[in-house]
Amino acid sequence: MTYNFAAILPELILIFGEPVLMLTASTMGSRATKITTWGTVALLVAASAVLLLTGEPSTGGVLFGGLLVADSFATFGKLLIFGSAAVTIIAAHRWFGHKDEHGPEYPVLVLLATVGMAVMVSSTSLVTLYVGLELNSLAAYVLASYRRTDARSAEAGLKYFVLGGLASGILLYGMSLLYGFTGTTQFTGIAAAFGRAETMSLGLLFGLVFTFAGLAFKVSAVPFHMWTPDVYEGAPTPVTAFFASAPKVAAMLLTVRVAIEALGPAIDAWRQIVVFAALASILLGAVAAWGQTNLKRLLAYSSINNVGFALIGLAAGGAAGVSSVLFYMAVYVVMTVGAFLVVLQLVDDKGEPVEEIERISGLSRRRPGLAAALAVFMFSLAGIPPLFGFWPKLLVFNAAVDAGLIWLAVVGILGTVVGAFYYLKIIKVMYFDDEHGEPVGTVRAPLEMAFILIAALFVSPLGYLLIGPIGEAANTAAAALF
Amino acid sequence: MIGLSHYLAVAAILFTIGVLGIFLNRRNIILMLMAIELILLSVNINLVAFSAYLGDLVGQVFAMFVLTVAAAEAAIGLAILVIFFRRSGSIAVDDVNRMHG
Repeated sequence: MTYNFAAILPELILIFGEPVLMLTASTMGSRATKITTWGTVALLVAASAVLLLTGEPSTGGVLFGGLLVADSFATFGKLLIFGSAAVTIIAAHRWFGHKDEHGPEYPVLVLLATVGMAVMVSSTSLVTLYVGLELNSLAAYVLASYRRTDARSAEAGLKYFVLGGLASGILLYGMSLLYGFTGTTQFTGIAAAFGRAETMSLGLLFGLVFTFAGLAFKVSAVPFHMWTPDVYEGAPTPVTAFFASAPKVAAMLLTVRVAIEALGPAIDAWRQIVVFAALASILLGAVAAWGQTNLKRLLAYSSINNVGFALIGLAAGGAAGVSSVLFYMAVYVVMTVGAFLVVLQLVDDKGEPVEEIERISGLSRRRPGLAAALAVFMFSLAGIPPLFGFWPKLLVFNAAVDAGLIWLAVVGILGTVVGAFYYLKIIKVMYFDDEHGEPVGTVRAPLEMAFILIAALFVSPLGYLLIGPIGEAANTAAAALF
Repeated sequence: MIGLSHYLAVAAILFTIGVLGIFLNRRNIILMLMAIELILLSVNINLVAFSAYLGDLVGQVFAMFVLTVAAAEAAIGLAILVIFFRRSGSIAVDDVNRMHG
């Protein structure tokens, strides 16, 4: 057994930094929140820098007796996760402001969830998968119910906890069956056992189905999406921004790794499940969003819809399919974080957050810059061609067509058209509806404005300049799984 | 002679009771927490039974991890329940309906 601690240096930085921050905060009194916020951001930046600088070989090699791997697939995911976590921590610090509710533990909880996600994307064993997933989930339950004085927040936390606990149980039951019928918890061993079996036994089939049901819950794919709108609406907005970005990436990459590395030989069995979940997510995400009046709820349906498109890439399978999923998630994270950063800037004259869609009518005249940025993100999420959001959708459909799933791509494209309607509705409200004459507050947040600008430039047609580097990174990362 | 299949049957029954407990229970959120516990413990029976059957220790190690996480999960669940109770004065399932999904 080899203990190569250098390979998990990014995780070690976060794990050892976290108690240090907590202890420092306990002696700092009123400045503690500021210190943990910027300390956490510094830790995340340091961990990302280590990831970028080490440039390990694409396979990474097996670590800790096959519990973890530090391959380029994990690195790709971790960079997205650390980046989006850092941005949402910065946004949360300003949004909570001087409310009593905001304490030094908030960034630390995000950091704990982030460590869990880093373990998720680099796990190669059912045991590490479970521990990473739960570290992420337990911190997320607390974050969802973080606003103690807001009844919606407590309710969101409670719903998330009950349904998340159920999902963990279903996933765990599936994993116990996989362990029992293959005799190992290692992904490679499970794949070998699936390869040996001429006909899949009932135990293996049940294990596979339960595992995918649990994972579908974590990526909030239909039919296991019911928690998403409530949790996204009830949780404080910076927490929702976090939920929609980093954990989505981690859960999607985890699903891809389990599907390809552990259950790769059984692709014909799980492809049906993934195809169903993808189509159902695209259609439900598009249709159910129509009647929504709350921006956060609408973005929840948008995230369900987008997960469906990423799952099309997984259904295609193969290195091209995995690469398209990675590309999709990279662009999706930027679009979503950008959209949520804009939502975080919307306040009324008392400084209370504005979440209803009708209240942003006439935003184009009062805050033209914000309205333009939100319009860009919405067009991009809809996948309208000149913007960068179109490209990953094209890659995903391309992978599906190459894998012989032409009808899947056709239905997906139809779903894009249906979904475009509600994104356009927001733009109509912002640009063409009459103003309610409601007073509007402004927030001073230069750093967040800079992030919004960068994200808007990224999803604008300028983003096409980045196809080369991102595509290459996604291809290298996808190749690590095969 | 009690064999592997008996253990698996017990675990499957407990798992089903746990899942039904979450969906059919309309009274009390504490019952939901108990149902989640039941699901996790049914998985532990599975893991330990498989571990003994295969002569492989990993299953029992896994069961230890599940127990630890279940304890942490129960603590967090009860803490969230306390917050919810303070706001709404009730822990009835039907009162968790401020938002409609």
